[in-house]
Amino acid sequence: MKSLEELKAIRAKMQGQVGLRAEDHTHTRVVVGMATCGIASGARPVLNTLAEEVQKRALTGKISVTQTGCIGLCKYEPIVEVLEPNKPKVTYIRMNPQKALDVIEQHLIRGQVVAEYTLGAAEDIK
Amino acid sequence: MYRSHVLVCGGTGCTSSGSQQIIDTLQKELEKVGLQDEVSVVQTGCHGLCALGPIMIVYPDASFYSMVKVEDIPEIVSEHLLKGRVVTRLLYKETVSASGIKSLSDTDFYKKQHRIALRNCGVINPEVIEEYIGTGGYAALGKVLTEMTPDDVIQTILDSGLRGRGGGGFPTGLKWKLTKQNQADQKYVCCNADEGDPGAFMDRSILEGDPHAVLEAMAIAGYAVGANQGYIYVRAEYPIAVDRLRIAINQAREAELLGKDIFGSGFDFDIDLRLGAGAFVCGEETALMTSIEGNRGEPRPRPPFPAQKGLFQKPTLLNNVETYANIPQIILNGAEWFASMGTEKSKGTKVFALGGKINNTGLVEIPMGTTLRTVIEEIGGGIPNGKKFKAAQTGGPSGGCIPAEHFDVPIDYDNLIAIGSMMGSGGLIVLDEDDCMVDIAKFFLEFTVDESCGKCTPCRIGTKRMLEILTKITKGQATMEDLDRLEQLCYYIKENSACALGQTAPNPVLSTLHYFRDEYLAHIQDKTCPAGVCKALLSYHIDADKCKGCTLCARNCPNNAIIGSVKNPHIIDQEKCIKCGACMEKCRFGAIYKK
Amino acid sequence: MENITIKINGMQVSAPKGSTILEAARLAHIEIPTLCYLKEINEIAACRICVVEVKGAKSLVASCVYPINEGMEVWTNTPKVLDSRKKTLQLILSNHNRSCLSCVRSGNCELQKLCKDLKVDNEALYDGEKTPSEIDFSAAHMLRDNSKCILCRRCSAVCEKVQGIGVIGANERGFATFIGSAFDMGLGETSCVSCGQCIAVCPTGALSEKDSTDAVFAAIADPSKHVIVQTAPAVRAALGEAFGLPIGTNVEGKMVAALRRLGFEKVFDTDFSADLTIMEEAHEFLDRVQNGGVLPMITSCSPGWIKYCEHYFPEMTENLSSCKSPQQMFGAIAKSYYAEKMGWDAKDIVSVSVMPCTAKKFEIGRKDQAANGVPDVDFVLTTRELARMIERTGMQFLALPEEEYDLPLGIDSGAAVIFGATGGVMEAALRTAVETLSGEELPSVDFTEVRGTQGIKEATYQVAGMDVKVAVASGLKNAKELLENVKSGKASYHFIEIMGCPGGCVNGGGQPQQPASVRNTVDIRALRAKVLYDADANNPIRKSHENPAIKELYATYLGEPGSEKAHHLLHTSYVKRRINEI
Repeated sequence: MKSLEELKAIRAKMQGQVGLRAEDHTHTRVVVGMATCGIASGARPVLNTLAEEVQKRALTGKISVTQTGCIGLCKYEPIVEVLEPNKPKVTYIRMNPQKALDVIEQHLIRGQVVAEYTLGAAEDIK
Repeated sequence: MYRSHVLVCGGTGCTSSGSQQIIDTLQKELEKVGLQDEVSVVQTGCHGLCALGPIMIVYPDASFYSMVKVEDIPEIVSEHLLKGRVVTRLLYKETVSASGIKSLSDTDFYKKQHRIALRNCGVINPEVIEEYIGTGGYAALGKVLTEMTPDDVIQTILDSGLRGRGGGGFPTGLKWKLTKQNQADQKYVCCNADEGDPGAFMDRSILEGDPHAVLEAMAIAGYAVGANQGYIYVRAEYPIAVDRLRIAINQAREAELLGKDIFGSGFDFDIDLRLGAGAFVCGEETALMTSIEGNRGEPRPRPPFPAQKGLFQKPTLLNNVETYANIPQIILNGAEWFASMGTEKSKGTKVFALGGKINNTGLVEIPMGTTLRTVIEEIGGGIPNGKKFKAAQTGGPSGGCIPAEHFDVPIDYDNLIAIGSMMGSGGLIVLDEDDCMVDIAKFFLEFTVDESCGKCTPCRIGTKRMLEILTKITKGQATMEDLDRLEQLCYYIKENSACALGQTAPNPVLSTLHYFRDEYLAHIQDKTCPAGVCKALLSYHIDADKCKGCTLCARNCPNNAIIGSVKNPHIIDQEKCIKCGACMEKCRFGAIYKK
Repeated sequence: MENITIKINGMQVSAPKGSTILEAARLAHIEIPTLCYLKEINEIAACRICVVEVKGAKSLVASCVYPINEGMEVWTNTPKVLDSRKKTLQLILSNHNRSCLSCVRSGNCELQKLCKDLKVDNEALYDGEKTPSEIDFSAAHMLRDNSKCILCRRCSAVCEKVQGIGVIGANERGFATFIGSAFDMGLGETSCVSCGQCIAVCPTGALSEKDSTDAVFAAIADPSKHVIVQTAPAVRAALGEAFGLPIGTNVEGKMVAALRRLGFEKVFDTDFSADLTIMEEAHEFLDRVQNGGVLPMITSCSPGWIKYCEHYFPEMTENLSSCKSPQQMFGAIAKSYYAEKMGWDAKDIVSVSVMPCTAKKFEIGRKDQAANGVPDVDFVLTTRELARMIERTGMQFLALPEEEYDLPLGIDSGAAVIFGATGGVMEAALRTAVETLSGEELPSVDFTEVRGTQGIKEATYQVAGMDVKVAVASGLKNAKELLENVKSGKASYHFIEIMGCPGGCVNGGGQPQQPASVRNTVDIRALRAKVLYDADANNPIRKSHENPAIKELYATYLGEPGSEKAHHLLHTSYVKRRINEI
């Protein structure tokens, strides 16, 4: 290695990945429902997209992406819950990979809840 | 990119309890359910909780599975990794509480620890240099080579207060300074990875779990003292550590973090491995260098010190593995950060290997100044079976025993010496009421006698004679004159031996004599072993009132020494009894006792 | 050199910078006892006898290696120091075969002397298990009894550092440590060259030559045998040391008298055959130079050197002169020419030699060393063995008269007697070769360039219009360096003299042992060599070819040097060996 920049580039690329192994759980959790119903309606690509994007953007130090069992609203699957410290839980429904990217960009980075994807929006329409 | 990482410990402890099979099964199961591209299996170094191995941690939720069996893997994969349902029954019990699942860092074992030297152990894959770089690896070397002069580096180490972690506690910065001051056409930087104290394995863990930290530190040291060649002297009995070091050196060379013109700074540095054949004395610095030179591993006279005339008669810097592992962190976080931890004269943290009569055997890293009580009762989880603490042995064969009266002494270099022991490389063996202190002293002396190089008279013959006297004591054959002779030999050997191995060899005897003299006297004058350990001084008996004549003891006696008929009290034939204790263990009525 | 001042036992002492405490103490007339220490050879601080107290040091220090520094305060005789030294000796004794009454070194043992000096009054204090050992009888010239070994490592140090051989060293470790050869080989199975330097430095009776004294006494007592003896040049220069005479005393006359009184029928001088060697060797050298033979030619008098060459430089055995050593030439002539003269049957002659050398004991058993169908030499006694025979028979050596060697094999030239010092063979050969080649008498017979005790010497002489380049090495490590320079082409010579022992035969492995306290402070080699150079200077005959007995031998028996008869009797052959292959 002939310059610090090369080292920094590798570090930037790896930081997100090894950051996944943080022990600190006071940060934001993004939980994807991964019971049979969720998997059947396409939760896996959603989970993978979220996990990858968080690592790519080196957000693993702040955000953890995990899966959970059946949340109980099978008809709205795939469901993604965002739990931020000291804030009400936000539940996104009928997610797909593109919507997942929007959630990261708008909600997790800019702090704007993507209202149209939320459970609240769906219930309002009803 | 993976959404989840499963870390499986690949340290020596977990490997011997089967972690490789766990990894293989895990990979097969992941493929079965098609998760191989989503879940990454990472083989890491040691987590420290060796008694619980094999150990597996699932991230990002940090679920800590302990004593994992191959049969458990399909369930962990289908439930946890696929569906996100943690398999609670397999979790380390300390992490499960009424209020839910705790993070590992919140358990008693980890809460009081502060991991600097061990910070990457169990977290990164030691065979992937990028993972080390991802946690800030080689940034300290980069900083040193691009922003600091060698004197700046040495000043930082001096200011940090770091002292040698191999046992002696010599100020590391001073060693660097002295080596730099000696002008020579060639200098060397050596790493002492010849860990040999019985029960101590912190250096092995670091080499297995974070080898690049040592390489980086050696390069920093090379820059500071003006050396371009490093040698790591590692025991051949540490095959995993040797493998990982080889891989790490190759990766670092490939990445040009070792070799010519590192970071374009013009600084060249390379490292080679030298394998030791496992002689304890080769941990002594001059013996280590003699061994690297290809000669019989024996200490040589000091002065000249290694900083003046070391390896191949050139100025040489020699530090131990744990010392080096602290260096990159000191450079990155600053001397003040490091000096803010610990006691006045002992800064930072120290890794201890907990062993003996303690629940959580394993590796812990604690700030200097932590008390023995905290280490044993809180981190170590106390003594099994409700037994009473008797003493802690630190410093291995060079150290001594710390009795209960010093339970609250803050552990640091100077305090341990003041109470007759020493830090040593960090072995900490807990002894309870069932341990005989004469027997313990004899154990360590047997080790020293076995490991003496045989060069100087006091160590070669003197320790042997000490052992002979101790053996007489444990057999109840010694007189008070023998005890006198033993004590005098202790002082003589301390004063006259050529190297630290001999000079410290009497410590286990001296410290037990100091704190537990009554036990010695019991063996000599009363011909009894109060702890019931020394076989020659005890006999097994059957209480006729309690014996139901079930014959179980007689059937289990390996030497047919128990006589008796069914439903009648049995007797032990003392001539035939080999004192193995099998009868006492088997008796369901508590009828067998020893005295 | 810069001096620094320290305090020893409260007294100011000024000593050169870089001195050890031991050396500084000596300047203050304090002899700190040592046991393992041999200056520049064994500075390992292993035995701990020389410990002293140094102010501020955390333990006692070994004065033999500890350098002094300005303002240092040292105590050499505190109760702690004296008690420590005593305990060290008691511990050594606890693992030592204390058979002092019959030990070959009794009275001349450094351990024994220390025990007496340091008042070791309870020699059994620490008795316990002993390190198991067996006596190694495998070598032709010596035996090792490790039950008497104190692991000072002087023997292995001298073998490796002085001789560059290293066939012995520490095996096992801790209490099981013993000195031996690799892979449990007996010394006789290794490429040990039999030089005996290990015996010369051994402080105890662990190492000794194989004793031939009983066999020689038995032969003398056998009326059917003619027992004759020859003595090598260097023996007369050292035998007196065994009887308390100062190093460097010539005891030739008393030695001859003693041998006669021991019962040898004839007492002869190896000097005679040294002159004979020069005749043959000078002839061989001139022949090689004139007829394109293998050069450089290397001398073959030293059997330790011969065995070294065979093991370590087998490709250079063609460079060795084919001449037998003077000892073997003497034996061959005694059992042919002299036997005929006396009308004796060669089979009835017992040919004994007294040598400063242990390798001679190996040499007599070599092949091609029995010119008359019987061994040229039957028994070799070292100088030490001769001294023991004299002691055993109750002879008052110092009171003996000075007597002369028997004729005719007792006649020598000055050239022969200097064979015993490094450079002597070269000088003797030059005296004869130069005169033979130039046909003119030498203006001076002193070739001083090749004298002196340094390890390697070089000189160039103009002989009959030709530059003759010569080199001399003694001590096998020096020999190795010289030969490697020759092999690599860094140096080239016509003629080389090599002696196995440093300083030549005067410092041979069979000479009386001097304790380390003497070896470390006195140049034994130079003192003994002076005896030989003085004898040379005082001899009216200075050149081998002018020895009348030699002239007669050629005229009446051998013909010319290099004749067929001379070849049969006086020349030999060599074996190409390899390291640790015998």
